[in-house]
Amino acid sequence: MIRNRFRMKQLFYHLVIGFLALAMIYPIVWMAASSLKPNHEIFATAHSLVPSKLEFGNYVSGWKGFGSNSFSVFFKNSFIIVTLSTVGAVVSSAFVAYALARIPFRGRVFWFSCVMMTMMLPHDVTIIPQYVMFTKLGWLSSFKPVIVPHFFGTPFFIFMLMQFIRTIPSELDEAAKIDGCSKYSIFFKIIVPLLVPALVTTCIFSFYWRWDEFIGPLLYLNKPHLYPVSLALKMFLDSDSANNWGGMFAMSTLSLLPVVVVFLFFQRFIVEGISTTGLKS
Amino acid sequence: MKRLLEHDNVVGYVYLSPFILGFLIFTLYPILSSFYYSFTGYNLMESPNWIGLENYRTMFLDDEKLIKSLKVTFTYVFASVPLRLGFALFVALLLYRTVSGAGFYRAAYYLPSLIGGSVAVSIMWIQVFGDQGLVNAMLGLIGIHTSMSWIGNPSTSLGTLIALSVWQFGSSMLIFLAGLKNIPQTYYEAASVDGANRFQRFFKVTIPLLSPIMLFNLIMQTISAFMTFTPAYVITRGEGGPLDTTLLYSLYLFRRAFTFFQMGYASAMAWVMLLIIGLITFILFKTSVYWVHYESKGEK
Repeated sequence: MIRNRFRMKQLFYHLVIGFLALAMIYPIVWMAASSLKPNHEIFATAHSLVPSKLEFGNYVSGWKGFGSNSFSVFFKNSFIIVTLSTVGAVVSSAFVAYALARIPFRGRVFWFSCVMMTMMLPHDVTIIPQYVMFTKLGWLSSFKPVIVPHFFGTPFFIFMLMQFIRTIPSELDEAAKIDGCSKYSIFFKIIVPLLVPALVTTCIFSFYWRWDEFIGPLLYLNKPHLYPVSLALKMFLDSDSANNWGGMFAMSTLSLLPVVVVFLFFQRFIVEGISTTGLKS
Repeated sequence: MKRLLEHDNVVGYVYLSPFILGFLIFTLYPILSSFYYSFTGYNLMESPNWIGLENYRTMFLDDEKLIKSLKVTFTYVFASVPLRLGFALFVALLLYRTVSGAGFYRAAYYLPSLIGGSVAVSIMWIQVFGDQGLVNAMLGLIGIHTSMSWIGNPSTSLGTLIALSVWQFGSSMLIFLAGLKNIPQTYYEAASVDGANRFQRFFKVTIPLLSPIMLFNLIMQTISAFMTFTPAYVITRGEGGPLDTTLLYSLYLFRRAFTFFQMGYASAMAWVMLLIIGLITFILFKTSVYWVHYESKGEK
């Protein structure tokens, strides 16, 4: 009897939470399913997930892109921007995090509060002068404005890596010092190897943010051959290509694929990263 | 020489140098020049000319669009942030009781917050809430036939943006989940021994111990909600329509700055936003003493 009631409760619980979960991912599944439907069928049978026949032609027509630029150009641009800015952000943030978490130098508290302030600063305040600055430098229509600023430490990553560095016992530093390590090599020989999981997490977050980034490319990359995927997708909405629904759904789905794949492979790192930053505030 | 290089101050600043450089070039200098621009007329072609408080005066006395955009933004923030955090807490509490399949559920709830800011999802949202989209198709299945575009209708357009934001509650949920797991079981046991029922345990143990995390989330989510740009821009094709009902502040600022090249005016707008956000953060911190529980204080 009690066992039965327990079972019923479990079932009810799974029904509620399962239905909610389904509702959450349904739009994504719907988009992916629509990308495999023939163009005329997408909205005619919007209530159904099953295409009458699998139409991979959408992926072909979508991939062709716009004018002379196919999606191979846009994906390549995205990969260049994401890779370079991620390397820059992770390496520089690790350096800064080490200084702030481990070295008792004068002005440490001041600089830490600068990091926190930068993290909370609305980008609307800096975006206009930055635009003026990059225009004067002649950096418009190049990848520089969307890559270079990431080589100077990202506040959120600095904060996250600091939390991780603090969990490394400082006795290890002491031991290395006695063995003749300088403070510079302690970073490379002790901290970095132990920080690898956190660095992976940082890379993943950076990958996500840069992959999705929109406003930077929108401002600075104003030639279609420089567009990353995010900006290229927007072109499907512009008037002259506004009825290739299939191609639009196909390329949107494809643009989410790297994100979902990385998520499935590195779930543990992501969950850990979010949990640590949100907790120790 | 070697001793000097090993000195804490030297080592510290060597490792800190990337941030210092970046801070000066990409944060401090822009903040100061933005403040200066806000007192000027500046179209990028000619150098800025000083007009004093004119931009600020125009904003509040002559710019009806700005007032409208402030209303839209406040509605958006005050609807989406509490709903988002409420959902996050609710689902976290459901998932906290470890059952089979928790990992799968967690992934399903988290995924939208991972991709939600992308252009692809904004495009998807247009189709989901379009006149022949998913929502209307689903309503058709239960007998409500409509060909209304939820995005094109002024009374529902902002609602679709709020829905998009609430849909991304997953990352807050993960933080709450981690917070729940950090609460020692002994606290609940002690409360039970003292005769607390389930609701009392929730309001006297769970909520107080979770409140610092809630405050942190509330502040960060409020700031980012005020800054929402991409979905509004993509979904409304950069217009903020229909009838300016989705003209979020960032979008309006962007239009002033980069469509009409009124850099001075847009800078003044940015400073007003900074003040508003600063004020709200300050109020949240000040009121937090009444509802946020800090354990260390109790121990002292």
